[in-house]
Amino acid sequence: MKVFSFHGGIHPPENKKQSTRASVRQLPIPKTLVIPTQQHLGLAADPVVSVGDKVLKGQIIAEPVGRISASLHAPTSGTVTAIEEQPVPHASGLTAECIVIESDGLDQWIEHQAIDYKALERTALVNKIRQMGIAGMGGAGFPTDVKLNLGSDHIVTTLIINAAECEPYITADDMLMREHASEILEGIKIIQYLLEPTHTLIGIEDNKPNAIRALNEALADADIDLDLVVVPTKYPSGGERQLIQLLTGVEVPSGKIPADIGIVVQNVGTAQALHRAINHGEPLIQRIVTLTGEAVEHPGNFWTLIGTPFSDLLSAADLKPGALYRLVMGGPMMGVAAETDAVPVIKTTNCLIAATESEMPEAPAAQPCIRCGMCEQACPAQLLPQQLYWFAKGKEFEKAKNHNLFDCIECGACAYVCPSSIPLVQFYRFAKSEIRAEELEQRKADHARERFEARQARLEREAIEKAERRKARAAEAAKAQAERKKQAANEPIKDDSAALKTAAAVARTKLKKAEVALKNAQDKGLDGVDTLQTTVDKLKLAANEAEQALQKSSTTASSTSITPKGEATVAKPDLKALKQQVSIIRTKLKKAEAAEEIDDSAIEALKTRLEEASKAHTDADNALIEKAQGAGIDLKQLRIDVAMAKVAVTKIERAISKSDDETEQETLKTDLESAKSHYDQLESQLKPYE
Amino acid sequence: MSNVAIAILVLALLALIFGVILGFAAVRFKVEGDPIVDQIDALLPQTQCGQCGHPGCRPYAEGIAAGEAINKCPPGGQTTIDQLAELLNVDSIPLDAEHGIEDVRKVAYIREDECIGCTKCIQACPVDAILGAAKLMHTVIVDECTGCDLCVEPCPVDCIDMLPVATTTLNWKWPEPPQTNNLIATDRQPRFEENPS
Repeated sequence: MKVFSFHGGIHPPENKKQSTRASVRQLPIPKTLVIPTQQHLGLAADPVVSVGDKVLKGQIIAEPVGRISASLHAPTSGTVTAIEEQPVPHASGLTAECIVIESDGLDQWIEHQAIDYKALERTALVNKIRQMGIAGMGGAGFPTDVKLNLGSDHIVTTLIINAAECEPYITADDMLMREHASEILEGIKIIQYLLEPTHTLIGIEDNKPNAIRALNEALADADIDLDLVVVPTKYPSGGERQLIQLLTGVEVPSGKIPADIGIVVQNVGTAQALHRAINHGEPLIQRIVTLTGEAVEHPGNFWTLIGTPFSDLLSAADLKPGALYRLVMGGPMMGVAAETDAVPVIKTTNCLIAATESEMPEAPAAQPCIRCGMCEQACPAQLLPQQLYWFAKGKEFEKAKNHNLFDCIECGACAYVCPSSIPLVQFYRFAKSEIRAEELEQRKADHARERFEARQARLEREAIEKAERRKARAAEAAKAQAERKKQAANEPIKDDSAALKTAAAVARTKLKKAEVALKNAQDKGLDGVDTLQTTVDKLKLAANEAEQALQKSSTTASSTSITPKGEATVAKPDLKALKQQVSIIRTKLKKAEAAEEIDDSAIEALKTRLEEASKAHTDADNALIEKAQGAGIDLKQLRIDVAMAKVAVTKIERAISKSDDETEQETLKTDLESAKSHYDQLESQLKPYE
Repeated sequence: MSNVAIAILVLALLALIFGVILGFAAVRFKVEGDPIVDQIDALLPQTQCGQCGHPGCRPYAEGIAAGEAINKCPPGGQTTIDQLAELLNVDSIPLDAEHGIEDVRKVAYIREDECIGCTKCIQACPVDAILGAAKLMHTVIVDECTGCDLCVEPCPVDCIDMLPVATTTLNWKWPEPPQTNNLIATDRQPRFEENPS
């Protein structure tokens, strides 16, 4: 198998021997476990337990939120004592949300079982991996389910298992391979099942002969298709992009991810964790941590529960009192110093260096850059470190970005070789976080602008809608008013006689008043008698006119209503109307007679009308009676019979409602039936004449 | 004579052709709006706070395009002024203190048990970042709040605080490394001064 090469790289002292002398030891269960809810990129997991809850080992305590997120599990059985801000392993030394579990020492497992992953759908298996909280154990802690579920737009040709472990001091993967090589291979099988790569490579540095031997032995027994590639020891060959270049000769383009060129890289630790999760049903709750450095008596590797505070680890390795000068999380090249030993182990904590002052002294004061170019020679990403340094120092972030600052993997090779001891990586980290913050601000500003504009648009729209509603209301009101006017205009036509009557009455009153005033004036001999006289004349004229109009309308009305429309059969519906007419006119006449003021002519007119109406009524009635006689029916008698029958029906009905006895009711009901049928018969006889 | 006529004719023809091309280009490649206003608006912080005296960031961008001073935006601070100066190719000037001073980023926080549910702050918020209904408690959607301050003044019970955004592991920034001291021997010598006191 051909091994390619990558640009730059350094050969720092390895310091790996100290921690590989003893086999991996199981760390005793700590009293308190502190599990940060955010252990990786993406969103923090959401706690699903509350304070006081009893949890079993392997029980889920926090669920992933969003796509890039991983679930968390209780590392041992115990009680949740707090969900609060605690120091977390982060370069800032800040606190963050953590779930604190007080262990009960029983280490009681929750029910769990192995899964036959080959029988599972791919998506179901990926979901299972997500539930098991598997995240990359190499460094970044990227949730593994995302990496194994790339979707149809990515075809994976090559799977690379990263076993390089290039950073000095760290031996966690080395020890894992020595002791659990077959488990790693089982884990790789699961990844192969999911990704279906055309070939699989394990990249391992040649400074781990024991691990290589263990893997080869396991490979001989296992039915698995992969190539073990031994690469020369050089820092940082374990970097994802560097390892890809070493094994395939392909460079991942700037700004792309390996999956874009069909390559997926997984750490050996992740593969082993996958095996435990799928083939044993154990979620990711422990990992191997290398505890080394000159400040501990017995450096070595420990199976450590996630959430174990560093202090427990340090005491397990027998910390030399007073010797600890610096506690570094991760390796000496990329790790960050912890401010307190209360910080817990998380899924990505592969190493803890308890260094003495002589081992990791304070960095020498930085001197000016002399433009020697050694950093460029060391840079594995083929960047121009000194240019980036100038830009970062001068805060020309835009230029730094244009010089591909974001391709920097922060490996620290440039700072390692710098003869002026310039903390180059710190400058790059500073520049990167400034650029990221600025981009975030910009995104936020754009978002705020969008929201502001949306709000403006909404307010405008609402204003328009309001105006339109107002307009519609106004139009409706105008329409309603017009309708009323029209009705008012129509009314005199409909109810002509009433209006005319009012007009006539008003005219009369006015006339009377004027006459009284005229009389007064004449009696007292006041001025303006002439004007009053003319007014009276005018009013008299108006009153006469109104009276005439009324007369005219009433005669037309009576003529239309009184005149019988031809034969009796046609006039049938008119009989009732005629009757009404007669009675109305009669009432009017009575009223008119009672009121003395009304002059006789009006009473006379009413009298004639009454006569006419009653004559019309009698005529119509007589015509009907004659017609009935023609058919051999005495109409008068018939009418009386109908009325009698109706009364009989009503009587029986009343009796039914009054009586309580059921049998009586029954007989009454039969009576009612017969009475009703009699009435109906008479009624039908009478009908043609009504 | 005919030479002169031909020359004039050719020139006239050319003028006509170019005129047609230019006229077509003016219609076909017409730029909608004022692009410089968009560019200025993109640099402003979009808090819509009105501290510049305009009712929003875009009106101020229009004002700057019309020749207004570039140092009236306290939320943007010196960074924005520098960016504007670079964009407009003018000299950078310090922030005009009359419009406010540069402050840390803040977000509004409603003391919820004191809120009476008057909806006045909701109406004042330029980015709809306050949630609530009449006579019900209101709250600020922190992620949407621009820290513009506009909701504080209308509150009748003064239950809105402007709190600085807390530093968490998510928004923490790497500190700037200490500047290197000048270690060259001559740098450490005292400077020559004409009139030593």
